[in-house]
Amino acid sequence: MNKITIRGVGKTFQVRGEGRPFAALEGIDLDVRAGEFLTLVGPSGCGKSTLLDLIAGLTTPTSGTLQLDGRAINGPGLDRGVVFQQYALFPWRTAQANIEFGLEAKAVPGKEREERARHFLDLVGLGGFADRYPHELSGGMRQRVAIARSLAFDPEVLLMDEPFAALDAQTRESLQEELLSIWEKTGKTIVFITHGIDEAVYLGQRVAIMTSRPGRIKQIIDVTFDSRAGDLRADPRFGEYRHHIWTLLRDEVAAARRDEVLSVG
Amino acid sequence: MADNKGTALATESTPSPEKSEQFPGDVHWYDLPDDDADPEEEAEPEGPPVSGDTRLRRVIRKVTSLGRRSAAVALLLVVWETFPRLGVVDRVFLPPLSEVVGAWYELALKGELGEHVGASLGRSLAGFALAIVTVIPLGLLIGWYKPVADFLTPLLELFRNTSAVALLPVFTLILGLGETAKITFVLYACAWPILLNTISGVKTVDALLIKSARSMGLGPLRLFQKVILPAAVPTIFTGVRLAGAYSILVLLFAEMVGAKAGLGYLINAAQFNFRIPDMYAGIITISLLGLLFNQLLVTLERRFSTWRIT
Ligand SMILES: Nc1ncnc2c1ncn2[C@@H]1O[C@H](COP(=O)(O)OP(=O)(O)OP(=O)(O)O)[C@@H](O)[C@H]1O
Ligand SMILES: [Mg+2]
Repeated sequence: MNKITIRGVGKTFQVRGEGRPFAALEGIDLDVRAGEFLTLVGPSGCGKSTLLDLIAGLTTPTSGTLQLDGRAINGPGLDRGVVFQQYALFPWRTAQANIEFGLEAKAVPGKEREERARHFLDLVGLGGFADRYPHELSGGMRQRVAIARSLAFDPEVLLMDEPFAALDAQTRESLQEELLSIWEKTGKTIVFITHGIDEAVYLGQRVAIMTSRPGRIKQIIDVTFDSRAGDLRADPRFGEYRHHIWTLLRDEVAAARRDEVLSVG
Repeated sequence: MADNKGTALATESTPSPEKSEQFPGDVHWYDLPDDDADPEEEAEPEGPPVSGDTRLRRVIRKVTSLGRRSAAVALLLVVWETFPRLGVVDRVFLPPLSEVVGAWYELALKGELGEHVGASLGRSLAGFALAIVTVIPLGLLIGWYKPVADFLTPLLELFRNTSAVALLPVFTLILGLGETAKITFVLYACAWPILLNTISGVKTVDALLIKSARSMGLGPLRLFQKVILPAAVPTIFTGVRLAGAYSILVLLFAEMVGAKAGLGYLINAAQFNFRIPDMYAGIITISLLGLLFNQLLVTLERRFSTWRIT
């Protein structure tokens, strides 16, 4: 069953001082199955964040339709949790209070709110930083607070925009494990944008590769392993998937570069 | 005032608070840097116990820092005391400091000073408080609802480029010589820094934060209450602090026409009757009052914006 259905979606922006609208996405067709972990890769500027905004209901498509559970998406809601690329924490709230924000929106009673926020702070390894303001946290810590915030209000769909980008390798790996175990336990549907091919293969059941601008879905690759036990990254299949995606992306990144040079020159 | 044809009202985002602090005013003594961040004061080590040696050193450092910072004021006081005595300046027009202090003390003893201070403070605070309660909501409305902004902006641009002092005769004409005119006058002067800062505070809220809150399903009302308002509080408070300084400063003008009490009246009457030491006593009092009020508001402001990264 499909959780998210995207048909022929295009998005253009009117850029200041330019007559012709700027096409960020064009003819996107994508199905995300219920309970699926889908990773999304593509060259920088191809429209990944734009697509995520559309699914979140924060913007409307210029053409095409988006559906959630078979109903047209016409606005944001607590059934979808977004982790933004730039964290977007509220600077006047402590880490704890930031996590409680979504719970307040969901009208969870005070006591439970506090406990849930504590639990998720511990989960992302920030138990001792509950009372810190965002400007007193490092970039990676802020990112983890943002992740905890989106997990805390328990949305059915998680939309994550490069959530582990600012983390060191060890923290990233432990959070990847944590995210996988949460996903396995709760059966959430996850759309996860990343720049890391390894991360895309490691986390995703399927990897969607986007073309350079205007963004389209170039190909979707099913990632299956005989067993996820042991060091997955040492599995020869892992290397094959990796190489395959790398090759697909290489052409697109080259195209994106050419495009940038052309539009600048 | 002609140099202030800024369009802070019309521009979409002017994040620098300085811009809105450039109020078409008359005197700008309060634009001096607040010693907001005194490194010597804030660098207090919190953790381990301090040994006697470093504590002594800290005291010495504090004393020298205090000495350095008050050196200029001390010098002014010394000059004020000695120059009239040495005949460098005419002591009739500038009596030595000790005489002024004596006159001040006498005024205080007679209860006259307290009366004038009370009258002035009452007017200042009334105008200031009225400005806060009426103008902040107005500013929020203008900052948040574009139709209201479009409607009112031309009018506001016009009035904000009209000095309060220029309008004083109008206030007196319409509202008479009594308290109403004076309080309205203070209110008018206080309104601008509060209004402009409130508008810019609402308008310059980070779009990403709004997006983040919207993604969690917040409607316009809750968005305003939970995101726009808290985000704007520090900027609003900057306006409130400026207005506080204005409330004292600008009142003097009002008290120089048709007042029977107040520090402005005292200064004016003393000058008129050639009670020069009394005049200086009044001036000193008003400076100290302004300084004190501003310091109070700076402290409050700091408490309201602990989260702001400065
Ligand atoms: N509000 C906007 N107005 C105009 N152009 C926009 C806007 N938002 C995005 N774009 C353009 O749309 C294209 C896609 O942007 P988007 O942020 O979705 O890229 P991305 O794939 O997320 O890139 P990255 O991997 O670097 O985060 C970019 O070329 C960008 O310049
Ligand atoms: Mg992006």
